[in-house]
Amino acid sequence: MQIYLPIAEVSVNAFLLLGLGGLVGILSGMFGVGGGFLMTPLLFMIGIPPAVAVATEANQIVASSFSGVLAHLKRKTVDLRMGVVLLIGGLIGAALGVQVFNILRGLGQVDLLVKLCYVLFLGVIGALMFIESLNAIRKSRAKGPAPKIVRRQRGWMDALPFKIKFRTSGLYISVIPPLVVGLFVGILAAIMGVGGGFIMVPAMIYLLGMPTKVVVGTSLFQIIFVTAFATMLHATTNYTVDMVLAVLLLVGGVVGAQIGTRIGVKMKAEQLRILLALMVLAVCGKLALDLLLEPSELFSIAQGGHG
Amino acid sequence: MTRLVALLAVFLLSIWPVTAEEIVADLSQDRISISTNFDGSEILIFGAIKRDQPQPVGTRMAVIITVTGPREDVTIRRKERRLGIWVNTDSVDVAGAPSFYAVASSIPLAQALSPEADDQWHISTARALRGPGMGTMSDDEPEFLDALIRVNTTAGLYGSAEGSVAVRDATLFSTTVALPSDLVEGSYATRIFLTRDGEVIDSFATSIYVQKIGMERWIYNLAHEQPVVYGLLSLFIAIAAGWSAAAVFRFVRF
Repeated sequence: MQIYLPIAEVSVNAFLLLGLGGLVGILSGMFGVGGGFLMTPLLFMIGIPPAVAVATEANQIVASSFSGVLAHLKRKTVDLRMGVVLLIGGLIGAALGVQVFNILRGLGQVDLLVKLCYVLFLGVIGALMFIESLNAIRKSRAKGPAPKIVRRQRGWMDALPFKIKFRTSGLYISVIPPLVVGLFVGILAAIMGVGGGFIMVPAMIYLLGMPTKVVVGTSLFQIIFVTAFATMLHATTNYTVDMVLAVLLLVGGVVGAQIGTRIGVKMKAEQLRILLALMVLAVCGKLALDLLLEPSELFSIAQGGHG
Repeated sequence: MTRLVALLAVFLLSIWPVTAEEIVADLSQDRISISTNFDGSEILIFGAIKRDQPQPVGTRMAVIITVTGPREDVTIRRKERRLGIWVNTDSVDVAGAPSFYAVASSIPLAQALSPEADDQWHISTARALRGPGMGTMSDDEPEFLDALIRVNTTAGLYGSAEGSVAVRDATLFSTTVALPSDLVEGSYATRIFLTRDGEVIDSFATSIYVQKIGMERWIYNLAHEQPVVYGLLSLFIAIAAGWSAAAVFRFVRF
């Protein structure tokens, strides 16, 4: 069944969209990731214009994170004060990101920027995850004692001014590092159409030293507002949010996530991580090849005769 | 006297072809609505050649039909390898390139149309691009012009179908033009030409209107006219849809 998307102005198979939503939903349920970093490149590949894919994906992330945030708020696993600080950084970052996005769109370089960001982040994160889970599997096979996690010394961070007490996290640190983390994630949300959880969660644990139990809830809290803000910016400056596309992806995604969560429980954590790492590297490789190999058509046509 | 008759004969001969044959044509539909299930459309263009007297013998007749989509400004960009990756470098802006162009003819276009007539009427794809609506495309960028035609032909937006106009008894003609699913809204100018030995004898023009309707129209208008309301509505609908899909799933599961 073909469906015409009013904003993307292309006709796509509705079941393909539901299926993609479902597939990414299953993966995000299994691995506990947002899935934006997989969905946006997949949307490029089925012919959705990159600008529409990025803006619509931001909209979808808001919705798919919504029930998660509510659950975490109920369990009181959200550090609201930390969330607000991250959010302030995130909003500034998203505003900057959309500006950069629009300038590069005018120059015809937005596809390049988005794809380069993807190759870079997916490559680094996929490789790190792959190495880490390989090591974990090797260690569990050797049955040796679990290595002590060495936490980084945060000497330079203690020297920064504007310290605030974050009671839920049990931290007394400067607001500057969380602001910077938030800012960075906000830029990524606007440019890549991702929630940024895959950057923020490690940063919160290793850089800010937050306890693991509040990390997911707090990052979801930040993500939902930042992506909502990015959605509004894209909708008002580029008119690229496609409501129909978002709803189709979402319905597939929510159902997929429920299935994925049940599969995830039955699998071992190391196996899951290695699978996720391989998948991330595969998407990264595909995008990298597009940039490195000579395209069959060197010319491209964009609407709007500027720049 | 004989000179007068001869003059009259020459005069009549020169104007006869213009008035003796006339195109009468119609479309299967002159309005195309883009609704949710729109997946491209085919329009049938048909008609007849009306004659006051038997058709001239010894000349080659042809029917050419063109459909031109709304003109829009586009930027054509060329990729080059920079630091190992392929990036957009040069670009050319084109004002008023047709978003869609189809030309169908009863015999190969080169035989149906003389270059002079093509210059005058802008019929072949390359000529139509340089038509009066075309702005800054200059002759020093032929590579970009070729690319525009090539990319749009691959995308199914430009195309010439030689021999696709069926002519019966040198009088009735018909053809179908396929419109792709990614149509630009607006008026699609449809022209029909009757040529003899490459010269245009008569032409006929009409329009097809392409418009989004129903929900598609409403969503598109809202997004462009009230983007803030649209953005908030998108967020609300997406949250509501995600919420209810999860609720339904929980209900089914347990």
